[in-house]
Amino acid sequence: MGGVETRGWIRDGLRAMAAGLLSIVLAVLNFPLFVLFLVSLVLTPVLGIGLVALPAVTALIRFKANLARRIAGWHGVTISRPYRPKPADVGPVGWKRYHWVITDPATWRDFAWLLPGAIGGLVLGTLTLALPAYGVEGIVLLPLWMYLAGEWSGYGVNWPVDSVGEGFLSMPQGLAFLALGLVVAPHLRRIEGLWSKLFLAPTRAAELRLRVTQLTTTRADTVDAQAAELRRIERDLHDGAQARLVSLGMTIGLAEELVERDPETARKLLSEARENSSTALVELRHLVRGIHPPVLAERGLDGAVRALALTSRIPTTVDSDLQGRLETPVESAAYFAVAEALANVQRHSAATFAYVSMHRHGDLLRLEVGDDGRGGADMAKGTGLAGMERRLAAFDGTMSVSSPPGGPTIVTMELPCASSSPRTMLSSGTD
Amino acid sequence: MRVVIAEDHALLRDGLTRILEAFGFEVVAVVDRGPDVLPTLTECKPDVAVLDVRLPPTFTDEGLQAAIAVRREVPGLPILVLSQHVEPLYARELLSDRRGGVGYLLKDRVSDVAQFIDGVRQVAAGGTVMDPEVVARLLDRSRPLDVLTAREREVLGEMAEGRSNAAIAARLFVTEKAVSKHINNIFTKLGLPPSEDDNRRVLAVLAYLDS
Repeated sequence: MGGVETRGWIRDGLRAMAAGLLSIVLAVLNFPLFVLFLVSLVLTPVLGIGLVALPAVTALIRFKANLARRIAGWHGVTISRPYRPKPADVGPVGWKRYHWVITDPATWRDFAWLLPGAIGGLVLGTLTLALPAYGVEGIVLLPLWMYLAGEWSGYGVNWPVDSVGEGFLSMPQGLAFLALGLVVAPHLRRIEGLWSKLFLAPTRAAELRLRVTQLTTTRADTVDAQAAELRRIERDLHDGAQARLVSLGMTIGLAEELVERDPETARKLLSEARENSSTALVELRHLVRGIHPPVLAERGLDGAVRALALTSRIPTTVDSDLQGRLETPVESAAYFAVAEALANVQRHSAATFAYVSMHRHGDLLRLEVGDDGRGGADMAKGTGLAGMERRLAAFDGTMSVSSPPGGPTIVTMELPCASSSPRTMLSSGTD
Repeated sequence: MRVVIAEDHALLRDGLTRILEAFGFEVVAVVDRGPDVLPTLTECKPDVAVLDVRLPPTFTDEGLQAAIAVRREVPGLPILVLSQHVEPLYARELLSDRRGGVGYLLKDRVSDVAQFIDGVRQVAAGGTVMDPEVVARLLDRSRPLDVLTAREREVLGEMAEGRSNAAIAARLFVTEKAVSKHINNIFTKLGLPPSEDDNRRVLAVLAYLDS
């Protein structure tokens, strides 16, 4: 991305101008929507036409409002969606759908936005385009004027333009206006985003309701996952180590009986018992590693991921500025997510190189796992990826995957975290 | 031979003492807390120390840290580290001072008493003994050391587990001469110039862990 800075403001300005044009076009659409909404509202008592029409119009308005929210996002203004989730028993038409739509305060706030939104879009869109356009006019004015030799009024501070010599002055002025317009344009877009946010953002109550819905989902997922995990551990212990220890006891008991009568068999039994105890230990070790890897308990996320990289089949580098320990659950969630991502790299990517980077920005832990493989990873397809997302969601973490066909694949994960007791890390000076 | 044991679990501590004493070792001190390891070892200077990785008060990797610290104070003090699990990362840290006399074994290995005692003796003699599981996990990865042939990798793995040329020859069913030829090839390929033989073995194992 180097070398873009010098021309960056021109590119940003041009983009903002395009967005301004788009916003004018979209603003105009608000007027018919406004009328349609009013009409279908009024028609509700008449033959129940509104029962069908209003939800349909609302759907259009929501689509339009979501478009505005997304465009605001382009300019750094994030607006979350305030709508109440659709109740389970709502059909495509009918009273229930009508009721769901009309009782949602967000419907009315969207409606209240239609006219001011349109006016804001038109005014700010026009402003975005006007200044650069005036600049362009100044630059091309002179040749045009000389070509047409027509009547002319003036430009910028040269008003009126009296001679060809004065006409030349419009060029630098036009350049200045164009530059100013390009610089100002992104800011105007941002202002429009803020203007939309004023109407389209969820209210505090709506925000809380959204949060509750989200927490309910993630909690249910977490509880399910925990229960499944406990069942797995119980089964593994019961069928594995526990059974082996019982048989161990039996073998030793038998050996005890035989030690005098048949020392040869007793010796064989004892060596069998020892082998069985090793197997039980191996099983327990695997189980422990699956629950909470010892190296994670001992060294925290940084050390555990380094240990992981060391045994990875694909050369893997770790770049980390993590100091001290994170909260244990966050550490564990982050570790298993990175482990899963690295396992995916080894299984599917055909990469020759992988990296993990772990950095903290204030209270946000940012993890990135990337490779130079063939790409094509899809969140919607891989159950592993979906599982990782669920695991992170329990901590309000997010995950995104960029994996175009042909690669490279980059998995980015973000987790809110607060550092617990800062503990000095290894200082043996090994590296 | 004089031994110091650091292990917080009473049962295991007694078991270790019993086994070592049965094979003629003299247990001069027994430590059950991380902070006591360094002073005890620097004072007793035993012929070999057997340390548990996880010790009180933090129950993290105190034993390992103590092992690394001790060898900074008393260079080359032979130390065998025992752990409930093995981590190639820790093996690398243990070997980071590039000297021999280091062992890193799973606690399970103690149950094969003869092999365990053999390991303790090798470490005391300045050898390097890595747990087969560490070796296996690194061999499994197999990407580094591509310059080595399959046979040479095998020999290096055996070397990492602390076996002598004779023992390697016996295990791989080849002559001792063939083994030493392989080992020389390994040293050449890994760019380890001739010096004291034992130290080169450590360096080769380290290259193996590092790669």
